[in-house]
Amino acid sequence: MKATTRDVNGIAIIKVDGKITIGAGDQQLRDVIANANSKNILLDLSGVTTIDSSGIGELVGSYTTATNKGGKLKLLHLPAKLNELLHVTQLITVFEVYENEQEALDSF
Amino acid sequence: MERDGERIEITISSRFENIELVQVIAEHLCENAGMDEDGSHWIGMAVREAVANAIKHGNKLDVTKKVNATFELNGHDLSITISDEGTGFDPEKVSDPLNPQNLMKTSGRGIFYMRTFMDHIRYSFDTGSGTSLVMTKNLAKGTGLASGKA
Repeated sequence: MKATTRDVNGIAIIKVDGKITIGAGDQQLRDVIANANSKNILLDLSGVTTIDSSGIGELVGSYTTATNKGGKLKLLHLPAKLNELLHVTQLITVFEVYENEQEALDSF
Repeated sequence: MERDGERIEITISSRFENIELVQVIAEHLCENAGMDEDGSHWIGMAVREAVANAIKHGNKLDVTKKVNATFELNGHDLSITISDEGTGFDPEKVSDPLNPQNLMKTSGRGIFYMRTFMDHIRYSFDTGSGTSLVMTKNLAKGTGLASGKA
């Protein structure tokens, strides 16, 4: 997993590429979120190639981490299969998901 | 395409980086049997979750312990057996991840995904010989998921 962070108007946009799977990216994602400079995070998942239940768990944990800091974590550009995994576990009701970066930024 | 009597077996050590080897076999077997790419992906994901559980919860990351995967295809009927050398667990005690109380838990969705993507899953525990999980799928039925209807 590779994560690239940029700051726009005080919001950390974190683009994640590669796998978020058990032993390969799950812990990394947790660390990236914990070390973000902003409490508000937009997670761009367009580059995620594979995710499993551990990766889904890390997304949930990241959401909780941001919320506990008084911020928000929102998702941008969900790949179709990740979207499916969030739907079947009903987690899609938890996350705010955007397809347009500007709309997502304006929502914070 | 129906393929009778196809049987593939692989044994791996308990390392997470080996999970993908087993997943890829599952996906290729399904695609060769005529299942579409999405449907094959979801079965591969069920296999990934099963092998990850066997490594983490069954063999407790002990690299000297093995995980065995057997794929048997008869007609459209695929049977996958994942075995480890662990002491087993009670599947009834695994909490429902759809229960609102559990929705924000960071773990506990692996078996749910297996049940979602396969027709049936069944655990068996033999004292002293580890845990076996048998998952079955009729490849002609598709996955029932929006992106995986075969």
